Amino acid sequence: MARAVSTRRKIGFTIAAWAVGLAIFFPILWTILTSFKTEAEAISSPPSFLFFDWTLENYTTVQERSNYFRHFWNSVVISLGSTLLGLLIAIPAAWSMAFVPGKRTKDVLMWMLSTKMLPPVGVLIPIYLIFRDVGLLDTKTGLVIVLTLINLPIIVWMLYTYFKEIPGEILEAARMDGASLRNEIIHVLTPMAVPGIASTLLLNVILAWNEAFWTLNLTAAKSAPLTAFIASYSSPEGLFYAKLSAASTMAIAPILILGWFSQKQLVRGLTFGAVK
Amino acid sequence: MGRITLDKVTKRFGDVEVIPPLDLTIEDGEFVVFVGPSGCGKSTLLRLIAGLEDVSSGEIRIDGQPATDLPPAKRGLAMVFQSYALYPHMSVRKNIAFPMKMAGVPQEEQNRRIESAAAALNLTDYLDRRPGQLSGGQRQRVAIGRAIVREPAAFLFDEPLSNLDAALRVGMRLEISELHNRLATTMIYVTHDQVEAMTMADKIVVLRAGHIEQVGSPLELYRNPRNLFVAGFIGSPKMNFANGGAASEHDAATIGIRPEHITVSADSGTWRGKVGVAEHLGSDTFFHVHDTGLAETVTVRADGEVGLRHGDTVFLTPQADKIHRFDDKGLRIQ
Amino acid sequence: MATQHSRSAARIMISPAVLLLLGWMIVPLALTIYFSLLRYNLLMPGTERFVGLLNYRLFFNNPAFITALVNTLVLVGGVLLITVIGGVLLAILLDQPIWGQGIVRILVIAPFFVMPTVSALVWKNMFMNPVSGLFAEFSKAVGLQPFDFLTHAPLASIIGIVAWQWLPFATLILLTAIQSLDSEQMEAAEMDGATALQRFWYITLPHLSRAITVVILIQTIFLLSVFAEILVTTNGGPGVASTNLTYLVYVRSLLNFDVGGGSAGGVVAIILANIVAIFLMRMIGKNLDA
Repeated sequence: MARAVSTRRKIGFTIAAWAVGLAIFFPILWTILTSFKTEAEAISSPPSFLFFDWTLENYTTVQERSNYFRHFWNSVVISLGSTLLGLLIAIPAAWSMAFVPGKRTKDVLMWMLSTKMLPPVGVLIPIYLIFRDVGLLDTKTGLVIVLTLINLPIIVWMLYTYFKEIPGEILEAARMDGASLRNEIIHVLTPMAVPGIASTLLLNVILAWNEAFWTLNLTAAKSAPLTAFIASYSSPEGLFYAKLSAASTMAIAPILILGWFSQKQLVRGLTFGAVK
Repeated sequence: MGRITLDKVTKRFGDVEVIPPLDLTIEDGEFVVFVGPSGCGKSTLLRLIAGLEDVSSGEIRIDGQPATDLPPAKRGLAMVFQSYALYPHMSVRKNIAFPMKMAGVPQEEQNRRIESAAAALNLTDYLDRRPGQLSGGQRQRVAIGRAIVREPAAFLFDEPLSNLDAALRVGMRLEISELHNRLATTMIYVTHDQVEAMTMADKIVVLRAGHIEQVGSPLELYRNPRNLFVAGFIGSPKMNFANGGAASEHDAATIGIRPEHITVSADSGTWRGKVGVAEHLGSDTFFHVHDTGLAETVTVRADGEVGLRHGDTVFLTPQADKIHRFDDKGLRIQ
Repeated sequence: MATQHSRSAARIMISPAVLLLLGWMIVPLALTIYFSLLRYNLLMPGTERFVGLLNYRLFFNNPAFITALVNTLVLVGGVLLITVIGGVLLAILLDQPIWGQGIVRILVIAPFFVMPTVSALVWKNMFMNPVSGLFAEFSKAVGLQPFDFLTHAPLASIIGIVAWQWLPFATLILLTAIQSLDSEQMEAAEMDGATALQRFWYITLPHLSRAITVVILIQTIFLLSVFAEILVTTNGGPGVASTNLTYLVYVRSLLNFDVGGGSAGGVVAIILANIVAIFLMRMIGKNLDA
């Protein structure tokens, strides 16, 4: 039962919430605004907030000077590639655990989760050396492999919790109706799990896009995704605020939009179902 | 054709034996009901026949052919599930078509069968809806339609009415019975509700803890329950039981008498007691009589117009030829 | 609840995932432990030899290690403190009836989607820079001396940046938990005469305790591995003032090419993470049974 709330109270809370919300969002907003300024305006004192000459120059310069879109494309390939590969491996695994649970299913799930808890720095050196020896350093393939493996536990877990909600009787009905295992998964399970698979995909694209340990350590110029590319702006201290802002805005915009769509799934995916 | 034979079939889950060795034959065209309290193994037995579970030992034959190792799809059976198990992402038409699509039935034949099933089940107007837009009864009919179009050797029903409200349940009960009369196909029906069993079955199989307690027609079970369990399970309200003196008068360890086989009188009879709760149904009245010396409460069915009230003294007389006698092992004494 | 047929199918379908993760875990882990027992420097190939626990002894005797360990714990603790307290308050605020709740929610969540290198650079250059950062501008405007955050308070600055990134995560999870609180329970407490503060203390907070634990554990796992934020802001400095364990191992192995010493640090990091992981796994496992 919703209760009548006094308008004054509501106004008070509204102001407070908006103030806090805007404060938290401000660095992002400031980055976006700065990306439309000239370099001179970007460091002008006092700073200009909205009243400056809006320009798109930074965006074109970033692309011209540093081949921005190659890195953007690297990010797309690496995050989508690792997510799709992960789904391909995880869907059958999640099917097994959700619908044919055995005595050891729980142990397997927990073990998969435990691999996620392995600090990356604990395995950095061997991976680095192996990649160096087989020529996977600074390749998109190498990063796709690593990101698939580090996100696989999350993908399996998310799919597992979604599949659990599909009643087993429906799959049994399909079996009675003469569907082979392949048809059961393609015609019945997958379409029913589309919302779950979509949110899993979304969350993992986000996680892979923002991954900043392996991408920084395993790439150089050629295959660097945006995380590593942006990091290269850290060297010449504070000289190119506007261009940094333009590059940053382009790097975070797609994920910001995707992320807003996946708020709910985020909770579920990142807490492994511990909070619903 | 649909003659199903179970030969020494057992089922174990780990160390727990859910179904001890069990033999049963279901004749072609029979409507067989598996009935028993929850956990008696009736659903497991149905799933063994369906092929959704492996038997631990023993053999299942369908029309004489061994089916024990066949996957569910190859057994030629159709199943209606308790939750209906409709495919939520498919329209009613696609739901009904699914088994035919899997079997590679030609499109025209599919359409013909869908139309006729829909007409028979009053679903013609709903063919393009999704299951989510249908009422419980309609969903039930879609599930049945999906089973019919396969033209199976036998239909398996797993508590199909338990999710419906009371009024719909009675209606669907009739529809399923009519369907059986029309198709004359073997049907195996699992329920925990003895009323469904009595009203629908040609043959009832009463199960307890995986054991078959008795197999027979509804009236056979009603008239000649083989033991105390069946006697207590079949019939509503339940049969009254008495031990001790009243039983030994009849040379039995326990006697049973159904509420409808006791005559009520205000002034004379075999047993004397006090009226507790009186349930007036209009057509009948059920009296719960206390302090008879037989059992805590004796339930009696009387005419709807009998005017006894709470606290009144009544006299009860059993119909002598309707008294069931049981020995100290709970088995019927002939 | 299945047949032999489906069980064997299940085994086949689960094996790729299991084998891949097994390989991913066992091989590098074994190598790391192995390397940690060797003298192994990439600049001196061919001089590898078994040295037992020497690397560990050197690592533990290195004053940088103690600093890094303390920094790691301070970083994790500081961020947790800010995000949990801030998250509870924000979640309660966002749970109130307000206009434009959806938009505010989006604003609050946004930082979580910003890649670590971007947020670190934005904070470093556009806010914390002592010459042209917004904070410096603000100080000048009110007549104060601008403060050089990353030089004089490097660890605190990094804690601030990382907390900004993780506050949305805590808020989102705690908000979800608050919204699952039965409103009748609140109304019953109100009928029983509990004040707003009492209701928070006796009903909301206990209800949130589980979610708070989850937030703490999961964030700890990620926070133990903070790396990019340090790399692009302070490079662990000045000196080792903002070096955590992860960064120290990175410096040791990939900058100084001391594979043996770096691996020993990696093993220490694994042990540290495992202590937290055990608690987290126990919680999640309990939830799995329910």
